[in-house]
This record gives sequence, C-alpha cells and structure tokens, in this order.
Amino acid sequence: MNEHPALLLEGVYKSFGENEVLKGIDLMVEPHEVVCLIGASGSGKSTLLKCVNLVEPIDSGRVVVEGEEITAQSVDANRIRRRIGIVYQSFNLFPHMTVLRNVTLAPREALGTNRAEAEKNAGDLLERFGLLDKRDEYPDRLSGGQQQRVAIVRALAMRPHLMLLDEVTSALDPELVAEILAVIRELAREGMTMLIATHEMGFARDIADRICFLEAGRILEQGPPESIFTAPEHPRTRQFLGRIIEAGRL
Amino acid sequence: MAEGGPAAPGPSAGRGSRALGNRGVLVSSASTVLFFAMIAVVVVLAPGSGVVAERFFDPSHLWQSLVGSEGLPSVLGAFWLNVQIFMFSEVFILILALVIAVVRGIPGPVFFPFRLVAVAYTDLFRGVPLILVLYMIGFGVPGLDLGFISYLPDVAYGVISLVLVYSAYVAEVYRAGIESVHESQNVAARSLGLTRWQSLRFVVLPQAIRRVIPPLLNDFIGLQKDTALVSVLGSIEAARAAQIYGASEFNYASYVVAALLFVLITIPLARFTDRLIARDKRRREAGALA
Ligand SMILES: Nc1ncnc2c1ncn2[C@@H]1O[C@H](COP(=O)(O)OP(=O)(O)O)[C@@H](O)[C@H]1O
Ligand SMILES: [Mg+2]
Repeated sequence: MNEHPALLLEGVYKSFGENEVLKGIDLMVEPHEVVCLIGASGSGKSTLLKCVNLVEPIDSGRVVVEGEEITAQSVDANRIRRRIGIVYQSFNLFPHMTVLRNVTLAPREALGTNRAEAEKNAGDLLERFGLLDKRDEYPDRLSGGQQQRVAIVRALAMRPHLMLLDEVTSALDPELVAEILAVIRELAREGMTMLIATHEMGFARDIADRICFLEAGRILEQGPPESIFTAPEHPRTRQFLGRIIEAGRL
Repeated sequence: MAEGGPAAPGPSAGRGSRALGNRGVLVSSASTVLFFAMIAVVVVLAPGSGVVAERFFDPSHLWQSLVGSEGLPSVLGAFWLNVQIFMFSEVFILILALVIAVVRGIPGPVFFPFRLVAVAYTDLFRGVPLILVLYMIGFGVPGLDLGFISYLPDVAYGVISLVLVYSAYVAEVYRAGIESVHESQNVAARSLGLTRWQSLRFVVLPQAIRRVIPPLLNDFIGLQKDTALVSVLGSIEAARAAQIYGASEFNYASYVVAALLFVLITIPLARFTDRLIARDKRRREAGALA
C-alpha cells in the first residue's frame, strides 16, 4: 500500500529567539511502528512533536509525512495535519463544547463529514473508550483521565495515520495514569503508528519498538528498548537513566 | 431564568430577605425609611424648596411633557427615537467592532497594513469626543454633495457617528476577550487540521465573546445615554423634546421626565449585567474547586 515511511525528519532545526531548541533532528518512523522519545525536561520533546505537524514552524530541514513533504512551499499544511493526531499533556479540550461536539468539530469542519456520520463515528469511538455516557457533558464535568481519553478520541475521530502523544499522563493523578496507558496500548495493538514523548519509562520499555534519547535538542542514541534500557552506549543516556532509577521510576 | 438553590421559605420571600433573616429585614426596613425621611425633611425645609418642587416636579407639567400637547412634542414619543437609535447602532457596532478586533489579530507581514488601519481606527475614535464626530459627520458629510450619502436623514448621521465611536471601544473589549483565550486552545484546533479562520470562528471567538458580555453590556449602557447627543443634529429625541417643552413652558419637569425614562431603560440592563457577572463568578469558583 505505502512503502514510504510514516514520518521522516531530516535536519530539523528550531530556535526560539536565541535559544536553539532542536539542533538537527533526523528521525524515521515506519508504518505501525511505536517510537518513544525520552529525555530530560527541556530537552525539546514537545517542540519536536509540534514541529512534526508544523504547529511550530521550523527554521530549516524537512518534514515528510507518508512521502509528502509538509515543509514544501506549495503544500497545504492543513491537509497533511489532518492525517496526524496530536494529544497534549494538558488535554486542551474546548470548554464551551460538549464532549460530542469536541469530537465532531474537526471531522465536520475540516473533512466536511456530514453531521449524522460524524456523530455516529464519534459515538462508536466514545463507546469503545467507555465515554458514551459522557457525550453530552461539558469538559469541566469530567475527571482528568476522562478528559484525556476524550482528547485521544477527538484526535482519533480524524482517522489519523500517525499519532503524536506528548506526555499524555503527566498532568494526571497517579491512579488515573493506568487507564490512559491502557488506551495507548490498545492503539498500539491495533497497529497505530505512534511517536510518544513520555516520562513513564516502564511503559516506554513495554510498548516501544524503538526508543530515542533526546538531549539538548539532539537525538543522542536510539535503538530497541532492551538495548537502550539495559546497555545504553552514551554516557549521557546512562546518566539520565541512572537518575530515573534513583527516582524509582524504572 | 430559573433560580437555583434551596426552596424559598415562603412564596413572597425574595433572595435578599432570605439572606438577611427576619430581624435583618426589620432593621434594614427601618433604616431605609429613616434614611429617606431625613432626606425628604432636608429637601422640603431647604430654602427655595417650593420653587424646586414647582419647577421640577409639578405633576401637571410632568404629565403634559410626558404625553405632549398641542404644538409641543411628547417626551415619551421622542424617547422611542432614542430606543430606535440605540438598537440600530448596537447591531452595527457589534459587527464592525468584531471585524476590527479580528483584523487587528491577524498575524503575518502581508496583513501589516490592515492591522495598522485597525490600530489607527481605534486610537482615533477613542480619542475624539463624540460630539465632534457628530458635528463632522452630521454637518460635514451633507455638505460634500456625495449623492445619496449626503442626503440621508439627520438621525442616520447620528447613528453613523455613534457606530464609529463606540465600535472603537467595543473592538478593544473584544480584543481583550480574544487575548484572554489561551493560545493552547488555538494550537489544539490547528493540530486537528482546522484552518486559522475555523479555529477563530469555532474555538477562540465563542469563548472570547462569552467572557466579554458583561463589559459589552456596560458599554451599551453608555450608548443608551449617548443617543441623546444625536439631538445636536436636529433630531427631536427625548432630551431635545424636553428642552423644547422647558423653553416654551418655563418649567423643567420635562427634563425630569426624560431623565427618568433613560434611567428606567438602563436599570434592567444594569441588573442583567450584574447577574451575568455574578454567574461568571460562581462558575469560576466552581471551576476552581473542580
Ligand atoms: N513557545 C516557546 N517559546 C519560547 N521557548 C520555548 C517555547 N516552547 C519551548 N521553549 C523552550 O524550548 C526548550 C525545550 O522545551 P520543550 O520542547 O517543551 O522540552 P520538553 O518537552 O522536552 O520538556 C525549553 O528551553 C523551552 O523553554
Ligand atoms: Mg514537554
């Protein structure tokens, strides 16, 4: 069907003013692959994810989604963005809309899906993620875990080919983390291609086909979870994982 | 609107009495009666109070000026013109101001001149006194001989002036609302593949407008009063009608009537604004607890 990689980043640079945050990122994600980005706070994980769909414009380099260069001048970035689902740490649901409207807004307005069909799809997804009884609630009536599940459903409603998850459990109470991780595992089992920034090392080790260690805007080391977690090559990676273990998070 | 909270103790017990309790009601009633009685005594005993009562509060003049008489306009009838001016202006202000606020927020170098015009507009019309704008538009434009634009009824120039001036204020209110919506909302919308315009229309503006309804209503209370200034262009609205009556009858009861009409129509809007503010406050507190 598609021999192109799901995602290809080549020499991506990004600065905020003087602060160079991404310093030449090269990264390839194959279809159905799950790649986890780990690295200290401020290493540029969130920025990297935002640059993939050009919500943050990049300074130089190329971003290619399924063979189409989203960074090319002539390409309508909105069209390609619709194939990429992003879920953020802070949910960012639309507070003035019901759950159902949150989920159907983009399919209806960006894809032109008619209302009945959009609502049926949304209903199916909400049911799958145990949210059907919340469809007419407003986000402020939901728990953090429920809000984050709605945010995931909202992204899935666009039928994305690629999902980007940015520390989707970091804003949640510990007892709510598991329900979200279960949802992501489910997506992985179904073959969803995902690029996941996370601090949940146990989870990353479990779910990832590949781990990328990000340090100060560069990918220092990448490989299968067994080798990264048990035999990291780079001293910086060792140091980072050492601190994680000390904190009891691995 | 439905009143929330526990059932009232009696059918006639209002919100205030419930909060105060029986003793509280007694005390507040007594203090209110005493307070106004003292004011009445002072007013009646003041030197010249008889003249004041005759010139301002004579019942037959109050009534005559309200309903009008042969050769003299009715203040109430003229007040209908204020109401019409207000309603027309309000619609145009809401639209024009929104356009200005949105244009001011469009990013990108291509739109620089548009932003510049929007900024210049708000600076200009917030700075110039309304009465000068009325003179310039109301006396200036008819003198230009620009086809039908120069032959509109006087009141139309009044409406145009009010729209020009008030849109500058209201645009700033909108802009504050737009800026109060966190950028992450826009990022979330754009990430879903919505265009900049769709994000603004479906995500940012609805939240922004909801937040600025109380300050918008405040501006409209101001607008209601400023409709009286349109009289400088010759329209006989309530203030002008009152003036005509006063000048002809050497009595100022007509001004009192006009003033009361303005107050009467402002009170519901003011209470409605208070209510919305209280509701927002409750919502915010509920949100903070969640
Ligand atoms: N919108 C922004 N404006 C300015 N600086 C930013 C912005 N977003 C991120 N940064 C900076 O970029 C660096 C990387 O941040 P981020 O990508 O959020 O890292 P991480 O997600 O790995 O914690 C930090 O130094 C941060 O201050
Ligand atoms: Mg981050």
